Amino acid sequence: MASILLVLLILAFVLREAAPLLRTYSLGRFLGGTRWNPTLPSPAGPEFGLLPNLWGSVLVTAGSIAIALPLALATAVFIGEIAGRRLRDVLKPTIELLATVPSVALGFVGTVAVSPLVKAVFDLDTGKSAMVGSIMLAFMAVPTIATISEDAIAAVPRAYRDGSLALGATRWQGIWSVVLPAARPGIVAGIMLGVGRAIGETMVVIMVTGNAGVLPDHGLWYAFTHAVRTITGTIGAEALEVAHGGPHYRALFMLGVVLFVITVSLNLIADLALNRQPRRTLQ
Amino acid sequence: MGADRSVARNRAVERIAFGVIGALTFLVIGPILWLFGYILWHGLPQMSWSFLRLPPRAIDAGGGIYPAIVGTLYLMVGTIAIALPLGIGGAIYLTEYAGRSRLVRLVHLAIVNLAGVPSIVHGLFGLGFFVLFVGGGIDRYVLRADRPVWGQPCLLWGFCTLAVVILPIVITATEEALLAVPAAFREASLGLGATRWQTVRRVVLPAALPGVLTGAILGVGRAAGETAPVMITCAASFMPSLPRGLNDQAMLLPYHLYFVVTQVPHPTVQLQAGIALVLVGLVFMINIAAVMARTRARRRRRW
Repeated sequence: MASILLVLLILAFVLREAAPLLRTYSLGRFLGGTRWNPTLPSPAGPEFGLLPNLWGSVLVTAGSIAIALPLALATAVFIGEIAGRRLRDVLKPTIELLATVPSVALGFVGTVAVSPLVKAVFDLDTGKSAMVGSIMLAFMAVPTIATISEDAIAAVPRAYRDGSLALGATRWQGIWSVVLPAARPGIVAGIMLGVGRAIGETMVVIMVTGNAGVLPDHGLWYAFTHAVRTITGTIGAEALEVAHGGPHYRALFMLGVVLFVITVSLNLIADLALNRQPRRTLQ
Repeated sequence: MGADRSVARNRAVERIAFGVIGALTFLVIGPILWLFGYILWHGLPQMSWSFLRLPPRAIDAGGGIYPAIVGTLYLMVGTIAIALPLGIGGAIYLTEYAGRSRLVRLVHLAIVNLAGVPSIVHGLFGLGFFVLFVGGGIDRYVLRADRPVWGQPCLLWGFCTLAVVILPIVITATEEALLAVPAAFREASLGLGATRWQTVRRVVLPAALPGVLTGAILGVGRAAGETAPVMITCAASFMPSLPRGLNDQAMLLPYHLYFVVTQVPHPTVQLQAGIALVLVGLVFMINIAAVMARTRARRRRRW
């Protein structure tokens, strides 16, 4: 009960703080706005456009999932199907340990070690880029996707594998055409939660993505290798300095509402997927 | 002949696939080890008694990190003190009283969603609700203060905000522990004429205690490492003295690391890694304690 109330309370209060913005700034201008310009005096007043923030979040998250997904799935298959017991007992805790690392520590390593490396390798003007953000967020998405996928793979009944082997398939054919399809709902849930984790992560993106930038006008690769502004980064970097109650403050809460809606949707999809996962039954 | 060749081909495909998967797994494990190694390698030289025991000397972060360590310890204790009773209460209600209604399913969905709310949104909520609404309300209507007393970022609101963040962890772990207690325990107790509440208090809860403890420790570990929610509800960037009360700000390890990495001009890698090492070390120790509590509980269980 209390937890339903709490979720509603969070939404209600973030909404309550955000809504007065709409008295002076239309929802259409917020949702369709292409510039985030909260303080600089411009002829039309401050601009609170969602799009550059949303674009940055989507870009960094998509990049991190593109990096994390193959790695995490391979790791899940390796731990669940290929590795021996001993190797599994080392690998699984190592990956779970990664999940406990505070994100600010990842941000630190991203800032001092990964960012200069990426800058040198790709010959960029600055190391603070969407790419470094994606790489560091992949560190956070891998444990989520890998552990949930591994659970799903482990939950596939043994009889499925035995049946496949008995029909003359190799272990790999069994994994590829029987086990993975059977575990698909769990894997989908893992991906959704991984995406949710990446899109909601704040400290890493504040520290390594430069927290600036506009909509892409030089192509995808240019955007990926330059600074971006994400929803979480904007809130995190500006919530400290903003005057409480002003339009800028309200606009940050508006971004919070958008983020809340996105992550709750991802969670619901993940939950639906998990409920469709076939469970090992006692027969 | 054809069948033989296809078997051979399938075997070859299997070998390649397993090789690629093994290589990708190594690509995961390698960077993880490198990450830990990096923090350890650069952070260890920074470790000294004075680094851990002295306050920072100046805003550009000479000296030690003592207030940040103490602040984080305060935060861990205060957060769990709020989250534990709420979490245990919720879990007892869900497992022992609520049954299997549609409402319970809804509550579980809410818990899952609460766990998925980004921590920065928790921070906004903490700022809007605890700091400005509750704290500001106390100042305006109870104290009638002209300067913010409670209506400002401070330790108490940090506790409350983080309690909301870790509540799903505590509830889920407690629920699992309660569900693992065999139904026979409850039946025996009820059969002896005990009430439901007596059964919960005297039989179920003691049997589930180690599991509850595991959840509490995991929650504390999370609270120690969170940055985004405390950054806007209670963290001070530079404060050599310890907090004097619940309505005072405090330095915190995660926020101190963020501050030194991003705001201080030209900090040494050694200093930054030193703070990171203390933080990561603390969180690891807490999590290892949770794992140990769990395995001990499982070993001692006799049913």
